[in-house]
Amino acid sequence: MALDRSKIGKTYAPVDYEVGREKIREYANAVGEANPIHHDREAARAAGFRDVVAPPMFAVVYSAPAIAPAFFDGEIGMNFARMVHGGQEFAWSEPVCCGDVITTQASVKDLYERAGNEFFVFETVSTNQDGAEVVRGTWTAIVRGG
Amino acid sequence: MQAGDAIPELKVTPDRWLPHRYAGASGDFNPIHIDPEFAKNTAGLPGNILHGLWTMAQVARAATQAGGGDPRRLRRLSVQFRGMGFPEKEITVSGTVSRVEDDGTVVVDLVAEQDGKQIVRNAEAEIAAG
Repeated sequence: MALDRSKIGKTYAPVDYEVGREKIREYANAVGEANPIHHDREAARAAGFRDVVAPPMFAVVYSAPAIAPAFFDGEIGMNFARMVHGGQEFAWSEPVCCGDVITTQASVKDLYERAGNEFFVFETVSTNQDGAEVVRGTWTAIVRGG
Repeated sequence: MQAGDAIPELKVTPDRWLPHRYAGASGDFNPIHIDPEFAKNTAGLPGNILHGLWTMAQVARAATQAGGGDPRRLRRLSVQFRGMGFPEKEITVSGTVSRVEDDGTVVVDLVAEQDGKQIVRNAEAEIAAG
């Protein structure tokens, strides 16, 4: 299926995610983040955070519900049988703490072909309840052999 | 830290059930990560494979530790996923400082290897001055 570059810039509905303390702990345990600031409120406060703070890569947890509709968008038309998650970038701003409500909006950043493969690049921008950006994600999927 | 300096290596061995715990933590229940039979018989893989974003989280841990353990100093991390990671085999994340910006930001090139193969490559982290 030929890439439809007219879809570059397409945006998807923003998705809210309320950050819970036990979810941060569950995620921190799964990735081996033992720093007490990700587990214990007093340790987090002593380090200058409002509450238990999410590890940076917790971004995938609150971004996932926003990026999924982009990945599965029939108008974009990724062939999942030959798709691999080729690359990922996050650029962090404000820390994310327990109790924050994070709003994430996904968009199509680029669509291109290179060396016979199709590249699908999506962007997510996540902001907190104060309107401050917390992270900007770039998600690159590659469909091998187009 | 100066250009050319190695950062401390991070070694981690995901246990057999780690992909299940990460699936629950992340919400990614793709059966290629948690169902060995599906991975082999339907997806044609050697076995169930690690979530790439879990492996990226190990690269993030190594970069955070290089910055003294304060997650606020990790400003950016980009990775390329290549190859597949598997449970029950040790992963080593290593890195080298590629440059130091005028504002003190340290840029580190990282790689995650398992069984001598790179499973995350061309990773680049920006660590803000402490």
